[in-house]
Amino acid sequence: MDNQFVYDIARIRSDFPILGQKVHGKPLVYFDNGATTQKPQTVIDTINRIHCEQNSNVHRGLHYLSDQMTKMYEAAREKTRAYINARDTKEIIFTSGVTASINTVAFSFGEAYVKEGDEIIVSEMEHHSNIVPWQMLCRRKGARLRVIPFNDEGELLFDEYRKLINDRTRLVAVVHVSNSLGTVNPVKEITAIAHEKNVPVLVDGAQAIQHMTVDVRDIDCDFYGFSGHKIYGPTGTGVLYGKECWLKEMPPFLGGGDMIDRVTFEQTTYADLPAKYEAGTPNYIGAVGLGAALDYLTAIGLENIREYEKGLVEYGMEKLSAIDGLKIYGTAKNKSCVFSFSLAGVHAYDAGVYLDKMGIAVRTGQFCTHPIWDRFKVEGAVRASLALYNTKEEIDYLCGSLKEIKKMFG
Amino acid sequence: MTIEETQKEIISEFKVFDDWFGRHGHLIELGKSLPPLAPEYKTENNLVKGCQVKTWFHSAAKDGKMFYSIDSESALIRGIISLLARIFSGQTPEEIKNADLFFVDKVGLEEDFSPMRANSVFKIASRIKADAAAARGAGGTGQN
Repeated sequence: MDNQFVYDIARIRSDFPILGQKVHGKPLVYFDNGATTQKPQTVIDTINRIHCEQNSNVHRGLHYLSDQMTKMYEAAREKTRAYINARDTKEIIFTSGVTASINTVAFSFGEAYVKEGDEIIVSEMEHHSNIVPWQMLCRRKGARLRVIPFNDEGELLFDEYRKLINDRTRLVAVVHVSNSLGTVNPVKEITAIAHEKNVPVLVDGAQAIQHMTVDVRDIDCDFYGFSGHKIYGPTGTGVLYGKECWLKEMPPFLGGGDMIDRVTFEQTTYADLPAKYEAGTPNYIGAVGLGAALDYLTAIGLENIREYEKGLVEYGMEKLSAIDGLKIYGTAKNKSCVFSFSLAGVHAYDAGVYLDKMGIAVRTGQFCTHPIWDRFKVEGAVRASLALYNTKEEIDYLCGSLKEIKKMFG
Repeated sequence: MTIEETQKEIISEFKVFDDWFGRHGHLIELGKSLPPLAPEYKTENNLVKGCQVKTWFHSAAKDGKMFYSIDSESALIRGIISLLARIFSGQTPEEIKNADLFFVDKVGLEEDFSPMRANSVFKIASRIKADAAAARGAGGTGQN
């Protein structure tokens, strides 16, 4: 971190207009960033300006507006490429979100390379969006889903992972940062182990991309997916990064306009990358909004964000752990700013309802990761997931509120 | 006591609480006094589906009257259940069918009854009426 850099939290907070409001008469404490992040003014302005001045469908017309819009859309692709350090913009597919990114690979890769008796490896801490598409593929092909377990701290068991990889393994799909536990998985190491056996790797980066520098070439993963709305960008946007060698060989997922080269009733030839995977009118305004979000983060600096959020993680772990009867799920050494916990004698739902009345937005339940809570044998938890605009004062307020709640239910 | 009278009594009881925290603190206390559901009714079949909170629902019709046994892992929902059971248990299916839950708005629990909430309350209230209607069709006897 640049010693000269001052993380101006007041200025950063003022960039997010929604944060200034009161909820139930209390200042909003937004701790549901794992579900979605708030948008900085620059993203809001970008989307608004396009609707007012530049909207026109991309890749279709040769008129002025369409040409300008296409340039902006492709510039957003270049920003995304640079943000994750991909080799080429051909490797950046815009999707509607990480779920669409993963489903694209599950279908297209599955069609080309998975057959009866093959195996796909996922981990026990995956979001349902990185389980169900693979289960569906396995059902279609008669393949088998294998699962890397994790320990009580929420860290993947590498010995078990090594044992699972064999000649039948066709792909490893693993989460970069767990949305429930906050664990930052060593995806570079996971990828290297798979590559020893020539097995490609997909990384679900939905909860990583907004918190740390992601370099897909350094990780060397074959696919990387993320959602725009979790990285301060618009909803309905997402990215699938794929190595060109895979994207070229795999068949397309969705068919339609823009993804074709030539169509006759006998046969269709497909467009080159990345258009081959972007059937129909893309969310081009959203993609440009996502580009604005990436610009915003780049201006602050991912390393500065990582350093600031590391302070929040350490502070949050210390303060929450000190609350009598509070149990934190996910205590990995390398952890992102996600705190899932239970409070003795208080159902997560009840805690969530009370926290809401205190102005604190958290999530309660199982966070689309049923297997994690089956592993811990609990019905669910409260999750406070933080972002670059949250503060230690907000963590103090959460802890004070939890102590009050405990008294009320005691 | 009729359904209407019980609701009026509840409204009067809640008048002493002037804010959300007071009302919900009272709900927690009511939940504590609700007798737990007999283990034989805590079955997978009796779980109210699609809810974030495990909530069990059992109803039975006896001598032309409905009796509800409901339980939840949430203290707040238990509190609401205790109110619903007090209002509806022992009433006839005909009375339940025509009942209007006017107490909800009057005591400031409308958020808890919202169908958008990821809890069981809205579904429980719907089940109370649905089971009463079914019992009415079956001649006022049977179990659901």
